[in-house]
Amino acid sequence: MLVDIHAHFYHDRAPRADREERNASRLTAGEKIGITVHVASILGSWGRTSPIYFPSPPDLTYGNDALLALQRAHPTRIRGYVCVNPNYTTHARAEIARCLAAGMIGIKLAASRRADDPLLDPICALAQQHRVPVLQHVWQHRRRDWPGQEASDASELCTLARRHPEVAFILAHIAGGGDWLHSLHAVRDVANVYVDLSGSGVDGGMLEACVEAAGVSRLLWGTDLTMDTGWAKLRYLETLLNKDELALIRWKNAVRIFPPNAFPAD
Amino acid sequence: MRIDVNAFLGAYPWRKVPGTSPEALVKALDRAEIDEAWVTHLPSLFWRDPTQGNAWLASAARDEPRLKPVPVVHPGLAQWEQALADALNAGAPAVRCDPLYLGLDPAGDDMRVLAAACGAARIPLMLAVRLEDGRQRHPNDVVPELSAAAVRALIRADADLRLLVTHADRAFVEEVHFGSTPEEAARIWWDICWIWGAYEDHLATLLETVGRDRFVFGTGQPLRLPENSIAKLDLLDLAPDRRAAIESTHVRKGLLA
Repeated sequence: MLVDIHAHFYHDRAPRADREERNASRLTAGEKIGITVHVASILGSWGRTSPIYFPSPPDLTYGNDALLALQRAHPTRIRGYVCVNPNYTTHARAEIARCLAAGMIGIKLAASRRADDPLLDPICALAQQHRVPVLQHVWQHRRRDWPGQEASDASELCTLARRHPEVAFILAHIAGGGDWLHSLHAVRDVANVYVDLSGSGVDGGMLEACVEAAGVSRLLWGTDLTMDTGWAKLRYLETLLNKDELALIRWKNAVRIFPPNAFPAD
Repeated sequence: MRIDVNAFLGAYPWRKVPGTSPEALVKALDRAEIDEAWVTHLPSLFWRDPTQGNAWLASAARDEPRLKPVPVVHPGLAQWEQALADALNAGAPAVRCDPLYLGLDPAGDDMRVLAAACGAARIPLMLAVRLEDGRQRHPNDVVPELSAAAVRALIRADADLRLLVTHADRAFVEEVHFGSTPEEAARIWWDICWIWGAYEDHLATLLETVGRDRFVFGTGQPLRLPENSIAKLDLLDLAPDRRAAIESTHVRKGLLA
């Protein structure tokens, strides 16, 4: 089994004419790679009517509904994170309850509010209550504010994780830009933070550093926007690790932190 | 036959990178089933006189026939023509000059003279757009990325010049390709290492829009995992001959013709 814990899909209100091609490409590439389940999120309207990383409540609801529809259309292949904006607490709480009840298996936080902000606490309380992980978009070592997002780095995510030790947090796309070494130093001793290996980066030495810092039991395989880099990292891990260690990263760690029966064969 | 036109030997100054020795690189070639790699001495890209790494590179390549040296030429140094002559005498498949690492104007007089010399000598000139993702670079690593405008200016500077540009993304390739005449564009080859595969499918798009014959196999190893360039080809539905063309034929019958 192979679980991609960081996938995305588009919907009919996304500002892309090629959205159906991209969705189809993800599924086709997934078949070639051998992905069993794509655990995906949709970030509102993908920038069309509110910013990608600051999605409005109506856009969030529309995107989550679109993802639920995809989950229903591909019941063995697609699972969803409910995406919420912590600045809208009431909407976020309701959306989490609604979408988890409808079959989603995790919570996605983009970059609408810094990860260590108290506004994330009620969301984490719901994550604990429903026993679902939180996938937090992370900029690996944020040295300054970047336009279009209130990005968090690993230190801030770890602050949140220490406040909620019973919740599993996924540090998004360690290879998705920024200084991954900074993040790996930060997460080393925070047992409830898992490292998502997705992102376009394929730096030599990065995977060894991930294994060294977090151990194989806290690494999760994923792709994000570039499935080719995900496959490359998987292939390299096959040369680096034994079969049992590899199975943890491919799916067993995911099975452990997502709700029971989240995946078809677990 | 799989030829990696974009590989390095030696340490990187900005972070720890494993597998930088000739022996380690050959092991990586075995692992990734790559037959031959064009290699540059990575540390000397950052030296004031980068040609001081060329002798070591030549020696390493003599010891390991699967490694083909791509020495550096610095057109801002006196007697730079000798470095070019040495490369030709050594049978180097290309020479490289990354002008911004040398403090040169990438489309200035020095680079134009080098472009003309490479054109006259019928040896490709290799340049990298970047070596690392700009978001993760060391705070003191402030060399700008090569611009598409500079590549367009260089290819226009000499009618016989052939360029091999590495580490370019889709937008960069498109800007240069469609900002050049067909004759100019036909003298530029792009390595695939920085072009996204599925599911954004940038490589598949470029193969259709820019043309399959413009692309060659490159990895950027050991700074990058060579498995990536193989994986993105595996995700394409390429006929064996078309895949072979990217992996070697375009190099042998195009870039080096």
